[in-house]
Amino acid sequence: MSTTSAFNDEKGGSSSAGEPEYGHDPASGGIFSSDYKRHDDLKEMLDSNKDSLKLEAMKRIVAMIARGKNASDLFPAVVKNVACKNIEVKKLVYVYLVRYAEEQQDLALLSISTFQRGLKDPNQLIRASALRVLSSIRVTIIVPIMMLAIKEAASDMSPYVRKTAAHAIPKLYSLDPEQKDQLIEVIEKLLADKTTLVAGSVVMAFEEVCPERIDLIHKNYRKLCNLLIDVEEWGQVVIINMLTRYARTQFLNPNINESLLEEGGEKAFYGSDDEDDDDEEKKAEAAALAKRKPYVMDPDHRLLLRNTKPLLQSRNAAVVMAVAQLYFHLAPKAEVGVIAKALVRLMRSHSEVQYVVLQNVATMTIKRRGMFEPYLKSFYIRSTDPTQIKILKLEVLTNLANETNISTILREFQTYIKSMDKDFVAATIQAIGRCATNIGEVRDTCLNGLVQLLSNRDELVVAESVVVIKKLLQMQPEQHSDIIKHMAKLTDNIQVPMARASILWLIGEYCEHVPKIAPDVLRKMAKSFTNEEDIVKLQILNLAAKLYLTNSKQTKLLTQYVLNLAKYDQNYDIRDRARFIRQLIVPTDKSGALSKYAKKLFLALKPAPVLESPFKDRDHFQLGSLSHLLNAKAGGYQELPDWPESAPDPSVRNVEVPEWTKCTSRKERKEKKVEKPFYSDSEGESGPTESADSESDTGSGSESGSEESGSGSESEESEEESESEEEEEDEEDERTKKKKKIEKSKPKKPESAERSECFPFRSMISTIAPSSSVRMYELLHRITGEGLAVEYCFSRQPFSPDPHMVAVQIQFTNNTSSETKSLHIEDPKLQSGMRIKEFPEIAGESVNVVMGIDFCDSTQAANFQLCTHTRKFFVSIQPPVGELMVPAFLTENEFKKEQGQLMGMNEISEKLNLGEKCQSDHAIVERVTAKANLSRVPCGSEKENRFAGKTVSSGSLVLVTVARKEGGGAQLTVNCEKMVIGTMLVKDILQALTQ
Amino acid sequence: MIHSLFLINNSGDIFLEKHWKSVISRSVCDYFFEAQEKAGEPDNVPPVIRTPHHYLINIYREKIFFVSVIQTEVPPLFVIEFLHRVAEMFQDYFGECSEVTIKDNLVIVYELLEEMLDNGFPLATESNILKEMIKPPTILRSMVNTITGSSNLGATLPTGQLSTIPWRRADVKYTNNEAYFDVVEEIDAILDKSGTTVFAEIQGVIDACVKLSGMPDLTLSFMNPRLLDDVSFHPCVRFKRWESERVLSFIPPDGNFRLMSYHVNAQNLVAIPVYVKQNISFFESGSSGRLDITVGPKQTMGKTVECVLVTIHMPKVVLSANLTATQGTYTYDPVTKILVWDIGKLNQQKLPNLKGSLSLQSGAPKPEENPSLNIDLKIQQLAISGLKVNRLDMYVEKYKPFKGVKYVTKAGKFQVRT
Repeated sequence: MSTTSAFNDEKGGSSSAGEPEYGHDPASGGIFSSDYKRHDDLKEMLDSNKDSLKLEAMKRIVAMIARGKNASDLFPAVVKNVACKNIEVKKLVYVYLVRYAEEQQDLALLSISTFQRGLKDPNQLIRASALRVLSSIRVTIIVPIMMLAIKEAASDMSPYVRKTAAHAIPKLYSLDPEQKDQLIEVIEKLLADKTTLVAGSVVMAFEEVCPERIDLIHKNYRKLCNLLIDVEEWGQVVIINMLTRYARTQFLNPNINESLLEEGGEKAFYGSDDEDDDDEEKKAEAAALAKRKPYVMDPDHRLLLRNTKPLLQSRNAAVVMAVAQLYFHLAPKAEVGVIAKALVRLMRSHSEVQYVVLQNVATMTIKRRGMFEPYLKSFYIRSTDPTQIKILKLEVLTNLANETNISTILREFQTYIKSMDKDFVAATIQAIGRCATNIGEVRDTCLNGLVQLLSNRDELVVAESVVVIKKLLQMQPEQHSDIIKHMAKLTDNIQVPMARASILWLIGEYCEHVPKIAPDVLRKMAKSFTNEEDIVKLQILNLAAKLYLTNSKQTKLLTQYVLNLAKYDQNYDIRDRARFIRQLIVPTDKSGALSKYAKKLFLALKPAPVLESPFKDRDHFQLGSLSHLLNAKAGGYQELPDWPESAPDPSVRNVEVPEWTKCTSRKERKEKKVEKPFYSDSEGESGPTESADSESDTGSGSESGSEESGSGSESEESEEESESEEEEEDEEDERTKKKKKIEKSKPKKPESAERSECFPFRSMISTIAPSSSVRMYELLHRITGEGLAVEYCFSRQPFSPDPHMVAVQIQFTNNTSSETKSLHIEDPKLQSGMRIKEFPEIAGESVNVVMGIDFCDSTQAANFQLCTHTRKFFVSIQPPVGELMVPAFLTENEFKKEQGQLMGMNEISEKLNLGEKCQSDHAIVERVTAKANLSRVPCGSEKENRFAGKTVSSGSLVLVTVARKEGGGAQLTVNCEKMVIGTMLVKDILQALTQ
Repeated sequence: MIHSLFLINNSGDIFLEKHWKSVISRSVCDYFFEAQEKAGEPDNVPPVIRTPHHYLINIYREKIFFVSVIQTEVPPLFVIEFLHRVAEMFQDYFGECSEVTIKDNLVIVYELLEEMLDNGFPLATESNILKEMIKPPTILRSMVNTITGSSNLGATLPTGQLSTIPWRRADVKYTNNEAYFDVVEEIDAILDKSGTTVFAEIQGVIDACVKLSGMPDLTLSFMNPRLLDDVSFHPCVRFKRWESERVLSFIPPDGNFRLMSYHVNAQNLVAIPVYVKQNISFFESGSSGRLDITVGPKQTMGKTVECVLVTIHMPKVVLSANLTATQGTYTYDPVTKILVWDIGKLNQQKLPNLKGSLSLQSGAPKPEENPSLNIDLKIQQLAISGLKVNRLDMYVEKYKPFKGVKYVTKAGKFQVRT
């Protein structure tokens, strides 16, 4: 024991100089005695009754461990204190124990009972810390105890203990892989956990123990997506990486039709946050062209993309990178663009972060160049960048080069060539070469530039240029005999072997283009042959052979001479080559059939080299991974699977829903409020904080909203029914045809209907709708629609394809057992000027789509036909006036100024008595924003509330002021250029406020 | 994930090691030393080094290499980001992150590392939680500790870990409740020889120092939030509120933290606060050169430009500089070949100028390239993008806090090519 400790002491000795605790440096001699002495007094201190002495001793021991010195012989003395009352001492003992238990297994067992007791403690934190230490002790004997403890902790009341259990799983697995099956059971159980605290840790355990058991994820997929934003940063990274792999096995390639599109790589990357409909429309068109099944994105796939996107704004670079790789691997081509901005942002971070990000950007730019083109300048190089960063930026710039920006890039390269960092200059010259081969238009410019560099004073620059020019010339040698001549002259000056070799090869290869110079070069080379480097000598032989074959008259003697020199060279490669060439080209009686073909052998047309990025094809590794960075598989790397040919059954992700979720969404929310943590996606749920937050829509808002919608839809239902009955008569012919089918489908299966409704619906509410007071309207009742129920709401999201349209979110629910296909819109009957942006054809069980309607700022209904593959329904959407506007962000002063301009006819003012429930500021704000899509304007006076918005189509301002008066009275003022809108809005708000 | 961590100083001493799984011999660092030697400059050490059995992921900060040992696949950024978090935590605890402070507080450092990772996976990385468990050293406390022999380990249990807002500890109490926000903007720019902007952008951060009792819920709004093109937030900021209303709504961590960082729309032309007229030339004969630099204010929005500093990395052949500065002082370090001209405040009337001759190594060819100029500057009371905080509202808590906003503009990576 003492020998090992002495050895360790010596190793750590260098850093121990000047440490105060010890009297003398153990490395300076007397190792044994000092060791003995030092530890003796520590032991004494540990045995004492005073906690302060124990603590002092433990602190010194931990300091020793931190320095990497051996303190293992103190084990018995330390372990005795594991049950010490003093928490500070106890913690340090734990630290010691975890470090040395592996070496002193028998003694370590003494401490186990303490932890077992800890596992039963009423305090969750003590239970957790006991489990944490117990599972960190790497002693095989206690595996069964650990297993038991983990199983118990996995069903603990406290989520913190469950989290610790999740952490313990990989520890046990690495100790004893035989426990895998049992551990998988625990993982399965913990995966079902609904708390964010556990989610990250258990997915981590999943990745370490059983990453191949993708089937365990199905049931938890939607939950993980929804919880993601609340999980701690490190857990987010792990979950996102795992979900990327999962999605690759479960969903279809969203870019499946990409290859069919003619536009290919140069398609513009528009709109970062477009809804998928536009994209899908394009896809659908393309598919129609190709007569293939249209691609429809699985709603779960969409859910993942949507819920990860906000994380691009994380402060944690690892999270941003994880989302970026997810989008790169999973998103439809048109949506990948959003990640570029975030990645460029990371470039401002520490140089190590830059290094990793640039590696990944380099890979991305090969596949999706367009994405980073707008950020070209962010990759410009500063002279203060470290060389490895410079070279990576250069790689990215080269990948981004195309016909339009090449001149800018080349100009930038020109400044780089003058840099003092020679490695970087060499890389720049290579980069120029690659631009020249990739972009034909600039080949001559690049070549000229490079030729100019040949007169550079720095030899390295010249040498690198020669090598690159050689590669370029191979593409079109005929036109460039001037350059070859120029380079021939360089042989007098240039000394770098690689460059000399390149020149000689060029002259030999194209000796027919420079018939006069070539023999002369050979003459000079023959003269200096003995002093050349090996690669140059080989090229001299090569040149001699080629000249002998083409111009034997002039060069016969020279060749003989060179071959003779080579015959006695020190290098056997050169001697071999010389022998081989002599046999091949010099005709003797013994020479075989081969010499006839000598010319063909030497002067065969050689293919031009392809200058490729070293990052090509690296994307078969999951981006952001260690394996990608190293371009080699690291241990434990999970391959990113290819997309499946056809999608596996999506219903595996459906979750059996407990009874309560089937009732109204309001209850659902309440439930959520209890267990849901803080900043989950919909703000209305975030609990106590909101109550004071007057601007936001609170939980109570959502409740009243859904109440309203309940009553509202009932009345509309009856209207709708009577309407559609008329229509049904019109279409009787068609109906009779299908009657049988319908009757068959009439007996509904309520179970499946409920189920399908449940999940996507909730996810939609919580993620799409910003305010909780979204009211659903009925478009088609399920009875009239023969099992197809259609609801719509005004999601208040901007409709990105056309800002003048109101986004209408439509939800289709198929209540029948038969499939509904190709839902689409036909024959819109609109008022003059009104426009509809249709959604693409869809199919499926329960789907959400967003369509845009330009109502021209009027509340006239938009009528159209909704078609399925079997039927048509006449429907109409009539917008409440409050939905015809979007919030406008004004300051107080701007508001006053604008209000001043909208006086007179444009101002409508009404006195009212506030209803009982809306006396407070808060209630007013809530009611007004629920009624109309307006934003609040800051206001100095406490008695006033101001709101501003713009109409969607014409963008005219809508300003609303509610001024409270004594005794429950109030004055409502609406200023709007469009008087009709103003009047209607006044009516609506008045109604809302007086109730 | 993360197996072990070694802290190594510039001279190659391993002064701290911590293992989260079984012990890995420190000889693994030899591979690192090899790579370090090959790279020369510390900046050029590759962040990821492959060895036969392990991968070493390292960062270089405050003259310390943080070298972590990895055995299996893990996102490299995950480790790098974590290591930076560790360095920041040291800074937060000890005021600075240096070899001396780490050695002085070895036990605390070891304890911190123990709590931050469990089995190599991050456990508690929020400074508020850690401070609850392990008290940062203060002068008073270290005096008490030497007398009573107690340590900095908190006797309380880390209840913060159970909270849904892990970044804030419970029961915060202050007699003076205050919230200060610093809007710091940096101009990154490359100007070419003639002074035209090759590339410029503004990056900003809002650093906050919030000392408020209880659980305040703050809302910070801007006059012109549309300026902000790309943002990233502290996890406390509610992203949905930002998306819908463009206000920052959050329950702040206690103490200092970075609330957000942002990027200002590149379409807006960036105002460049100074211009530089320079003429550096080297003569073919006589092994000498001439240098003439003038700096003047350009678009400063009426504010004074302060702390102007010009740094030039001279070519290797420059032996010494004989210059005269009309304002400020200059130094030339013949070893590192760095010329620093500290100007101070920019004066509109009398533009600072640095002029004189450079002597070169005799016989050496004249340098190919002229060195580029790095400019440092500071403008108080100005956010160059024009961003303005509108107001800060506090909810939940009843008291009236002191509020303050400060604006500063600095030069980031501001380079003038010559």
